[in-house]
Amino acid sequence: MGTPQTTADPSTNVRAALTETPPSRPHRRAFDWSTMIIAAVAFAAAAAVYWRDGREHFMEIFGGDLTLFAEMLPKVLAGCLIGALVTMILPRELVARWVGHESGFTGLLVAAFFGFLLPGGPITIYPVAGAFLMMGADAGAVCAFIVSWTLIGYTRALVWELPFFGPHFVIWRIVAALPLPLIAGLLARLVVRAGYSYEQGK
Amino acid sequence: MILAVNILLWIVVAALAFVTAMRGRVLLDTGLRTGAGEFLRLLPRIGAGVIGAGFIAEVMPKALVASWIGPGSGFLGVIIATVGGALTPGGPVVGFSIGAAALKSGAGAPQVIAYSTAWALYAIHRLVIWEVPLMPARVVWLRALVSLPLPFIAAALAIMLGQP
Repeated sequence: MGTPQTTADPSTNVRAALTETPPSRPHRRAFDWSTMIIAAVAFAAAAAVYWRDGREHFMEIFGGDLTLFAEMLPKVLAGCLIGALVTMILPRELVARWVGHESGFTGLLVAAFFGFLLPGGPITIYPVAGAFLMMGADAGAVCAFIVSWTLIGYTRALVWELPFFGPHFVIWRIVAALPLPLIAGLLARLVVRAGYSYEQGK
Repeated sequence: MILAVNILLWIVVAALAFVTAMRGRVLLDTGLRTGAGEFLRLLPRIGAGVIGAGFIAEVMPKALVASWIGPGSGFLGVIIATVGGALTPGGPVVGFSIGAAALKSGAGAPQVIAYSTAWALYAIHRLVIWEVPLMPARVVWLRALVSLPLPFIAAALAIMLGQP
């Protein structure tokens, strides 16, 4: 961890970081329309399974889903905490310099590498990506980061993909995926340059 | 393996918390409270998404999917696989298990790569459940837009690399 600012006294840094308005997330209600849609589709599918296959099979699937849900919770909490803590300690000018608007191709490489490095599931990645955006990362770098985590992140490949497909297929797929984060980042920058604006009034 | 990932994640959390605590207690408190609040707001979404996923996967015609994307299906198979991947709901288990099942029952490897890449990148439910709540919506749409060609590029690269 590098020293965030060039100022000598670390306590002034902390105070500066605290008095500075913290990056605020848009306030969201826990249950909005998108969750409603998912819940409705899930309910319809559940009803279809119950009607088609009977109660026993329904309970079997329900139990499996509940187990998966319970297994996810510690990871979700860890992901949220990682996102929040990273926002607290990563100096914004560092993020802006590494993966900001002026970071160029290196910024995309750095972002793709971070995506490869960061452990966890989608729950870990999106809070961190959101935090990066608030700290001044550009959309191209964030796209490279998410695509890189999705396609070449090692935890995902190890935990989920390897048991299903075996090492040969997984390695082959990952090699084919290597250039994709950079392509996504470059495309995103092109689209932004063409006039797509993603920074809304805060 | 899953335990190892959990341990790894919490080591990262502990390390970050330690570094934050060195910068000041208030900072750590704020960070922990923000993170925990985010977690609580996400719970109902994850509940609906995860518990729904198993049922949604169950009502999908898996055998049909597998027969459409065989090795002889060529570029059309890649397109079908890409669309199928985008429409496949569910967590990591669902997409990978359908992909693996398709591979075993005669799907072509590039088609399966297109399928799992599309599923990983733009599964619609994942956009709605995870990305939109956690990132500005316009960045999510940008991310989805630039991801559109990626499954095709992945399949093309896979064909060029040769079979595994």
